[in-house]
Amino acid sequence: MSTDQALPASALAAHNDNTARRAESDRRADNAFRYLVTGAGLFVLLALAGAAFSMLWGGKLAFSTFGISFLTTTDWDAVGHKFGALVPIYGTLVTALIAMLIAVPVSFGIALFLTEVAPPWLRTPVASAIELLAGIPSIIYGMWGLFVFVPVMSSTVIPFLNKYLGPLPILGPLFQGPPLGIGMLTAGIVLAIMVIPFISSVMREVFLTVPTRLKESAYALGSTTWEVSWNVVLPYTRSAVIGGVFLGLGRALGETMAVTFVLGNAHHLTASLLMPGNSIAATIANEFSEADSEIYQSSLVALGFLLFIVTFVVLAIAKLMLMRLNRNEGAK
Amino acid sequence: MSAIAEKLYRRRRLKNSIALVMASAATLFGLFWLVWILWTTLVNGIGALKPELFYQMTPPPGEDGGLANAFFGSMLMSILAILMGTPVGILAGTFLAEYARRSYLGEAIRFINDILLSAPSIVLGLFVYTLVVRPMGHFSGFAGAITLALIVLPVVVRTTDEMLKLVPSQMREAALSLGVPQWKVTVQVLYRSALPGIVTGILLALARISGETAPLLFTALNNQFWSHDLSGPLASVPVVVFQYAMSPYDTWHELAWAGAFMVTVFVLCISLIARAIIARRKVAND
Repeated sequence: MSTDQALPASALAAHNDNTARRAESDRRADNAFRYLVTGAGLFVLLALAGAAFSMLWGGKLAFSTFGISFLTTTDWDAVGHKFGALVPIYGTLVTALIAMLIAVPVSFGIALFLTEVAPPWLRTPVASAIELLAGIPSIIYGMWGLFVFVPVMSSTVIPFLNKYLGPLPILGPLFQGPPLGIGMLTAGIVLAIMVIPFISSVMREVFLTVPTRLKESAYALGSTTWEVSWNVVLPYTRSAVIGGVFLGLGRALGETMAVTFVLGNAHHLTASLLMPGNSIAATIANEFSEADSEIYQSSLVALGFLLFIVTFVVLAIAKLMLMRLNRNEGAK
Repeated sequence: MSAIAEKLYRRRRLKNSIALVMASAATLFGLFWLVWILWTTLVNGIGALKPELFYQMTPPPGEDGGLANAFFGSMLMSILAILMGTPVGILAGTFLAEYARRSYLGEAIRFINDILLSAPSIVLGLFVYTLVVRPMGHFSGFAGAITLALIVLPVVVRTTDEMLKLVPSQMREAALSLGVPQWKVTVQVLYRSALPGIVTGILLALARISGETAPLLFTALNNQFWSHDLSGPLASVPVVVFQYAMSPYDTWHELAWAGAFMVTVFVLCISLIARAIIARRKVAND
């Protein structure tokens, strides 16, 4: 205060004026920055909404022309302008199902190995190696599938399946067919390899959140490692494990390149898993740049819209399941 | 009594051993594919490497050539995508971490962003097709870059959000108590502290878009010649690899393997660098 009094009145006024102006400009800059970041945040919402609406718009023609029969018929006739999406929808669901049947137990095993079985020095390197699988671009899986895995399938695996599973009463028709190598089973296996790292890394992370006290109590009662995992760790993390599985399912449904290489792009509905088929994503990738008529292109966009809706729902379920574990964690 | 207990105990032990062996087998199963796929790419890719790759154009069937235009096209689109996606992503991540940490809007954006993160990329390609390619009337490198930017965006948003949340709140309070306006606190204090994490996010995004194929098929399409014209069709390595691998020609297969090898090596290197940055940061924070 004493220094203020020593200053001439005019200097003091100038100083106050300066501070006020400074505060004013800071306030304005703060507001501008707030608008800027809010705008960027809203842009994320806008991007997803825009994607949904633009595809609905693009697929409008197909939906209005074919109605519900778009989902239930198998015609895919570019010349006669008749399109039904049952084959790609069926292929998408079947390949994703095969992938999950293989990937879920394997991922559980990997997560178990990395949290309970492996010696500590081995855990980090193996986990990183498995996560490396997730980083490999999908087109590499596709090329490997086409040039390396398909020949193996057609020369050894498919004859084997034909011989031993083909004659079975109910499952038999699934495994009968010529040894082409290309087909839904091959695509499902390649998808399984692709989603294993996603599911196993989610499972590993949630297994690590289980309180040590809980596990040690079970061990102290004489449980084996397996009993601890199955009766303590898994129930504790159930919702997040389901979330991880759905996350993998979302990936498997939408995966394009790896499947396009090994699925064969055939528009026939067959019971056999060994026959070429199609999936929504593969159909779009194969045919979009060649779609010459308005209705053809619209049908492909409509397929994209279906894929978008399905993956959105699956991923939303995954996210909600994963959030549930976090909430329980927070409540403690 | 003790005989029964003994039997039960043995059965439990056996079950445990089987389960643990199966778990180890599952891990070997996972590693087996990793090794097989990488080995295939390595052997075929190194066999197909040659200097012409880097200065000759993609050839018509049956002729020799390289991938120079594809490398250039990929580089151009990736850089542009990073330049477009990163600023928006950092700002949106800032909004989530600093301005909307507990609000409903923030939760909604975070939710949508996580879905965008795992959404099929081909869907984003269709979106940009209807938004950019159709009105313009032709395929363009610019449309390709926008698609890739939409893939970069959620990755950067997520990492920025998480890294800013890790910055201790004492840092914010200290700066604010000195009278520094909030935007300056964010830009000059928080960003600086979270920088390694944000850079990691950008690198991960780059790794992701370098192998991205599906959405480029109907946005940037392909171009057999050298082009730096972003308003026309542009070649990219993954699309060329796809086209050549699906073809019946041996010379094209070889080029496809070379391209696949280059993409894989690039992606793996970037991921390793990103990992190293994060690991070092963890050590520094302890």
